[in-house]
Amino acid sequence: MSALLEVRDLQVRFDTPDGDVEAVRGIDFDLSPGESLAVVGESGSGKTQAFLAIMGLLAENGSANGQARFHGEDLMAMSSRDLNRHRGHDIAMIFQDPMSALNPYLSIEKQMIDGPMHHLGLGRAEARAHAVEMLRAVRIPDPDERIGHYPHQFSGGMRQRITIAMGLLCEPEILIADEPTTALDVTVQARIARLVGDVARRSHMATVLITHDLGAVAGVCDRILVMYAGQVVETGTVREIFDSPRHPYTRGLLDSIPRLDRIDDTLHAIPGNPPNLSDLPGGCVFRERCDRAFDACAEPPPLFDLGEGRASRCHLEDPS
Amino acid sequence: MSAETGVMRHAGRRLLGLVPTLLILITIVFFMMRVAPGGPFDAEKALPPDIQANLEARYHLDEPLIQQYFRYLGQVLRFDFGPSFQYRDWTVNELIAQGFPVSLTIGGLALVLSLLVGVSVGVLAALRQNRPTDYTVMGFAMLGISIPNFVVAPVLILLLAVYAGWLPAGGWEGGWTRLVLPVITLALPVIAYIARLTRGSMIEVLHSNFIRAARAKGLPGRQVIFGYALKPALLPVVSWLGPAAAGLVTGSVVVERIFAIPGLGSYFVQGALNRDYTLVMGVVVFYGFLIIVLNFIVDLLYVWMNPRVRYGEG
Repeated sequence: MSALLEVRDLQVRFDTPDGDVEAVRGIDFDLSPGESLAVVGESGSGKTQAFLAIMGLLAENGSANGQARFHGEDLMAMSSRDLNRHRGHDIAMIFQDPMSALNPYLSIEKQMIDGPMHHLGLGRAEARAHAVEMLRAVRIPDPDERIGHYPHQFSGGMRQRITIAMGLLCEPEILIADEPTTALDVTVQARIARLVGDVARRSHMATVLITHDLGAVAGVCDRILVMYAGQVVETGTVREIFDSPRHPYTRGLLDSIPRLDRIDDTLHAIPGNPPNLSDLPGGCVFRERCDRAFDACAEPPPLFDLGEGRASRCHLEDPS
Repeated sequence: MSAETGVMRHAGRRLLGLVPTLLILITIVFFMMRVAPGGPFDAEKALPPDIQANLEARYHLDEPLIQQYFRYLGQVLRFDFGPSFQYRDWTVNELIAQGFPVSLTIGGLALVLSLLVGVSVGVLAALRQNRPTDYTVMGFAMLGISIPNFVVAPVLILLLAVYAGWLPAGGWEGGWTRLVLPVITLALPVIAYIARLTRGSMIEVLHSNFIRAARAKGLPGRQVIFGYALKPALLPVVSWLGPAAAGLVTGSVVVERIFAIPGLGSYFVQGALNRDYTLVMGVVVFYGFLIIVLNFIVDLLYVWMNPRVRYGEG
């Protein structure tokens, strides 16, 4: 199956008063139609910035290198005018914080009809009807009346569902969701995950779920990309990652998921903090937090290909 | 609570607040005028005592001060500011009716000009942040704010009226050209301030998450700026319009004098110099009323533009 989105050697750096920050240091991955990919990592691991770069939405002090080929066209090399044909149309992004991602000064209707009117050429009335249907699909009660309301008149959960409805309006081929459920309580989280899953199956839409919570990924995604300090440290299917994690960082993440089925002991946490991205240590970036570090870790490890889509950036995998 | 009743109740509360504010204003100005040395009928050559007494009786100046104060309050309640002490045969109401349309014309034009130019260059500077356009606009804005209008006016007159001869130097006769210099003089600091306000809030809004989200929708840049960013960016400007209107009113006092325009400001200055008690009082109360009403309108505008205030939080 040919990839819908091929990302090669994607790099993002920020020019800050404290020097250059390398937020993303060369990541590669493919996304196939209908596939659901989870990108997991701590805050600061570069997971959000990587996708903002693909969408051409980096902050002004950020710059990106590498390629992101969508149907073979490199998004990174496009002018913003060309990029606008894809953004919100066949690639949609849902943002982390539903409180601030909606414009508080405009009605939901205004914010929902603009995209479809622009990309799909719908008239105002059609676009409104379409938006009302989409709100109904995400279970906003009484959508025909509520669509005229302003963001602050909705609860947090409803706002998040509205942003998801907005992302789905133009039936994108890729939906990128950045921590879409972090702000919500657990029952609502599950319902939204199911909703997005339904839409994805129906329209063969690929989804990217960006999250810090490995536990939230389990029943939802096909494949996982674990990121640490701007690099991919491990990839594999959800099953593989959960059953036999290879990289010590992934293992640490799994151990730090609270479990109800074991009475044994305290909650595990990975000791220490992620490295400073403007002043990275030599060697393996995880070395200082790793309980299995050895001599070889003074050299930065490559991403060892373990076959069948699995890879781990750890010297323990070194076959030689 | 529906939106309409919310706004109406808000409006009603504000209108009630107008009464005590005006009362305090009248009281302070009334007694300050009396404390100031000199009186309306002082002249180089002293009047014969019985004429002086006649005049004072005619204008009730012989009554105890407190009685005059309440007499005046009573008049104001009937919207009667009394006769002018200096412009014989004119009532203060007539003078205001004559001067205000003139002041309103240049003040209103200056406000419209300030908004158009100030917002446009402010947005432009924000979009070109930290680039030459931005520095140029902000440099001029700094000048506009810091140079007082009594300096700007003579310089403009000298350059455009005296040397170039394009525009009349002053006066209120003739075509639209007579408006150009006073309106520009009046508008310059307001343009400068609005440009700075607009730039600052526009930059802040452009960095907000909802603008990034709007960009993610793939809308053209123009639509993002004007459809999504301009309204929130204008809120600080709108809330500053009340004080701006007050600034235009007080600014017009100076500008009208310089350009010899027969507006309310000219009467005000003349009245203060002449100890024309009723004229000064009348103009002050009228200005006070005007500023409060303008602030009130600005408030309603703000509420109308900001849905979170309109419907109450939560």
